[in-house]
Amino acid sequence: MKIPKRTVSIGGELFEVPDLVSIFGKGLWGIILVVAVIWALSGFYIVRPDQQGVIRRFGKYIAKTSPGIHWHIPYPVEKVDRPRVEQVKRVEIGFRTVDPGPPARYSDRPNESLMLTGGLNIINCDVIVQYKIIEAEDYLFKVRDQENTIRFASEAALRQVIGKHNIDEALTTGKSQIQSETRSQIQSILDRYQAGILVKAVQLQDVHPPAAVVDAFKDVASAREDLNRLINQAEGYRNDVIPRTRGEAEKLVKEAEAWAAERITKAEGDAENFTRILNEYRKAREVTRRRMFLETMEQILPGVRKYILRTSEKSSLMNVLGLPGWVEPPKGGAR
Amino acid sequence: MTGNLTKLLIIVAAFIIVGMVTFTVDQTEQAVVLQMGKPVRTVFEPGLHLKLPWPIQTVVTFERRLLDYDAAPTEILTKDKKNLVVDNYAKWRIIDPLKFLMTVHDENGAQARLDDIIYSELREALGLHDLEEIVSLFREELMSMVTSASDSSARDYGIEVLDVRIKRADLPEQNERSIYARMRAERKRIANRYRSEGEEEAIKIRAVTDSLKVIIMANAYKKAKIIRGKAEASAIDIYAAAFNRDPEFYEFFRTLEVYKSIIDTATVIVLPPESELFKFLK
Repeated sequence: MKIPKRTVSIGGELFEVPDLVSIFGKGLWGIILVVAVIWALSGFYIVRPDQQGVIRRFGKYIAKTSPGIHWHIPYPVEKVDRPRVEQVKRVEIGFRTVDPGPPARYSDRPNESLMLTGGLNIINCDVIVQYKIIEAEDYLFKVRDQENTIRFASEAALRQVIGKHNIDEALTTGKSQIQSETRSQIQSILDRYQAGILVKAVQLQDVHPPAAVVDAFKDVASAREDLNRLINQAEGYRNDVIPRTRGEAEKLVKEAEAWAAERITKAEGDAENFTRILNEYRKAREVTRRRMFLETMEQILPGVRKYILRTSEKSSLMNVLGLPGWVEPPKGGAR
Repeated sequence: MTGNLTKLLIIVAAFIIVGMVTFTVDQTEQAVVLQMGKPVRTVFEPGLHLKLPWPIQTVVTFERRLLDYDAAPTEILTKDKKNLVVDNYAKWRIIDPLKFLMTVHDENGAQARLDDIIYSELREALGLHDLEEIVSLFREELMSMVTSASDSSARDYGIEVLDVRIKRADLPEQNERSIYARMRAERKRIANRYRSEGEEEAIKIRAVTDSLKVIIMANAYKKAKIIRGKAEASAIDIYAAAFNRDPEFYEFFRTLEVYKSIIDTATVIVLPPESELFKFLK
């Protein structure tokens, strides 16, 4: 604190001055000293861990300070701003958090969330943009209304990106691409403004078709399920029929094989039987022949009804037809 | 005592005088120095500056930061005669405070002027394209076109327009309804396609299955027939080989067997006396 050495007499308009002097009773230098000390003490400030100190001297930016306790030349010479550079803030598009909860409550902003997609469809899209201050100096001195700036840039970028994608991409597979495109689009807009902002993430919270057409979209989903169901049923049919057919086919072949084995084996048996009998027969032809005939007759005739004619005349054969029991012969036969 | 008072007064007076001949320009500001109401110089550099004391020279400060221009949503007609409700914003800054002061005077005046400039540029640019092009294809190009056109007009007012962007572009209600109707029709088409594709696929699978079934069975039939045929052939061979050794005896032998199998209790046999069996009866 510099004190002027030279004194110039002006006159005694200020009457409090003698009072102050008498209260402190230490003379002018004492008062000045006390005022100077108080003034100097007002220059201490604390930068908290999530903040950064930005010093302006006579309005001109001169330095940044890191977290801790610092001193600056007090007002009106220097001024300090302490933006929270570590804090991640967020912009909500399409909704607002009314109460972070739990349970969280949100209010809907349909005029923000409805937007046109490529192919001129309309979609409802709730988005969160997370950002933090990366360049405190730019953040403070380059753009006014930073919050609004970020919100506007986010809305513009989101709509631009959604406008480039068709509705099916936005609803299903294209979400992560839309997020990253939107993020870089917002970042490039904000970089253009030198906003000193880093866009950390863009998150599509809730993407769905507008209420007016939601039933049509649900029908598509159920149609897709129908498709799968029809295919599954047909595959079920196939899985049922083909193995059974293979089984039946195998059965057919096995039956044929069995029949073949039987046929050949029996033929061999018959042949063997015949050959053996033939061999024996050849040893005594006449006798064997007669014996075989008689044995056969003996075997077959007992159960059979027989008429033995006395003569071989034709007329006697006719007589047989008139015999009692002819039409319905009793079991066991007659003599 | 009077000496001290004098010293105090001198110090106070010194502060007042210093305050009168200096002014500060903040990092966020720029200033125009007016002498008797007439601009004499512009100060861009933030910090402490000197001037003649009031009332000879006064200072007007202006924003140096990027400023918002946020218009109310307006309806704009596209080339394909569709109404689009456009909500746009612009980012602008004062680059020539002196010109700015003389033409639009302050930020309110500037907002009004920007309204005129940006709205007309926007309307012109959007009128050149169809709705779908505006939404999907040329948004970026259109906007930079509008930006540079607005910027060159705004330069006359000491203003730089850095960026014009469409925040929202929505359709008026009746257009919205027609879009919804189209979306619904589109979904219906997709749903129908899924269902008929499902049926197509199912019919194919069943048809393939059925034909496969027939083929499998036919192959099995063929295989079975071949097996049976071969066996029959072998059997014929075997029989022929055996029976050919004595065909006459075979006939006799086989006939006896046939008797056994064809004659049962229902058979009536009329035997003549000459028969081999009864020749001894006579």
